[in-house]
Amino acid sequence: MSAVLSLEEQIDQWRSYVRRRQTIQSGDVAELEDHLREQITALVDAGLAAEEAFLVAVKRMGNLDALSREFAREHSERLWKQLVVVSADSGESARVRTDAIVAFCLAVAAAVAFKIPTLFGLELNGNTEFLTQGGGVYARNLSLFALPLLTGYFVWKRRLDIRTYRWLAVAFAAAAVFANIYPFASGGETEALAALHLPIALWFIVGIAYAGGRWGEVAGRMDFIRFSGELFIYYVLIALGGGVLTGFMALLFKAIGIDAEPFFTFWLLPCGALGAVLVGSWLVEAKQSVIENMAPVLTRLFTPLFAVALLAFLGALVWTGHGVDIQRNVLIGFDLLLVVVLGLLLYCISARDANSPPGVFDVVQVVLVVSALVADAVALWAIAARISEFGFTPNRVAALGENVILLANLAWSAALYIRFLRGRVPFTSLERWQTDYLPVYAVWAALVVVIFPPMFGYI
Amino acid sequence: MAINKDLIAASSTPIVLAILADDDSYGYAILKRVREMSGGRMEWTDGMLYPVLHRLERLGHIKARWEVADSGRRRKYYRITRSGRSQLAEEHRQWQAVDATLRRIWEGLSLPAGMASAAPLPEGV
Repeated sequence: MSAVLSLEEQIDQWRSYVRRRQTIQSGDVAELEDHLREQITALVDAGLAAEEAFLVAVKRMGNLDALSREFAREHSERLWKQLVVVSADSGESARVRTDAIVAFCLAVAAAVAFKIPTLFGLELNGNTEFLTQGGGVYARNLSLFALPLLTGYFVWKRRLDIRTYRWLAVAFAAAAVFANIYPFASGGETEALAALHLPIALWFIVGIAYAGGRWGEVAGRMDFIRFSGELFIYYVLIALGGGVLTGFMALLFKAIGIDAEPFFTFWLLPCGALGAVLVGSWLVEAKQSVIENMAPVLTRLFTPLFAVALLAFLGALVWTGHGVDIQRNVLIGFDLLLVVVLGLLLYCISARDANSPPGVFDVVQVVLVVSALVADAVALWAIAARISEFGFTPNRVAALGENVILLANLAWSAALYIRFLRGRVPFTSLERWQTDYLPVYAVWAALVVVIFPPMFGYI
Repeated sequence: MAINKDLIAASSTPIVLAILADDDSYGYAILKRVREMSGGRMEWTDGMLYPVLHRLERLGHIKARWEVADSGRRRKYYRITRSGRSQLAEEHRQWQAVDATLRRIWEGLSLPAGMASAAPLPEGV
């Protein structure tokens, strides 16, 4: 009896091993398994022990690498497709379908939620000033239309326990309160800052739900970083597609004398933008194991280019002796530069095998980070000299604070990276630092939302 | 005697089609039949039959269907189609031409004894 059981276990193992091959689909696995079992039965009838029969049958099946290559040659399309389509006869398809249905329902819910305030006479001002009247309320609450639903999706999907669930709900309730209780000056700086920073703080909440109890682990947070990068790319792609769609719609309706623009501004664009957050997230989840992640690929392409560009900038700075021209928004520009460099670093880390030794690309990465730090230090130096002259507006304090946070993150990353290159620390210490630092961004964003408005008198 | 890989690959289509022309069948039974008919001299790697079957199916020469076998397992059966039969006839003509050519060439050659006749069939499979 135990021999039969162990044979079943062995076949189970073999099946899961074969299943991992991308080009061999579940139907093929069933076909091969039938063959394997038939072969084993024949060999056992011929007098072999079950275990021997299994070994011989597997051997006769042939080398799995060669076999999956052969399948790939016959089914080359399988290396491409498999996006959302699930083969009809696999047991997983029901689960995947439920997932898709839930995600699409939530996307519709997000779109509907966006239109609910209009029932109470709050109209989105679609002309020029987004941050006026109803527009201001919308801007501050924009993230509250989509992110709670996205969090709900992950709560449902990861089957989070009620305790975590309750804390997440409290966080969103608090966000809703702080977004709406302050008497913001219409179109003021603090209102714009709150509108910009609330999504950042709330994205952290989404992360806790996404990690589903693994937020305490480096790997859990790293998965969330990967997810965020992929979602960003999907979102941009969906937005591009949406742009093409609206362009054609406008063209077609114009041809019959109907101005469709109000519909786009008030319905299609905002509802689509919110729904796309959920659809994009679902897409990233549905095909994370199917297709190579895009963020690390783009990182590989652009890290050397950014490194060269920054080196050229620093070289020109030294060669010409020009100072950095401190315009009003130069600090925000350098903040964005650091964000891009941080992104390049993060997605390089996220795709790197922690066990592989330092290589050329790691050196390029360090050059990129260090040159960005030097460029930013030059800019900060120039600003520090004239900060009293400029005065401390909310925008400037926020930009300065972000710059300091990013600088600290990147500086210590660079230090760890250099130590890794010299073989002093393992690569995982860099991973740990990056993922441990994530809450700092969320806390800062929350501070900007909660503290800045009263601190600066709601201007 | 190991048969050259290219020969195995080239002969797989007519062999599979011919076996299916006889009756509908499934992977394991097809391989078993190949072993019997060749006296064990045509050794196919078992798994490799399936990409061949899938290719023939894609070309429309055979058609697959799932059935539940006596053992209770699902089994994929293949049936030859009309286009498969005409393909088989075509392959038959071609192989006969190759065979006839080779025969004539072998006759003109003086091969060492033992090589002209086929090796003795091994016992069993």
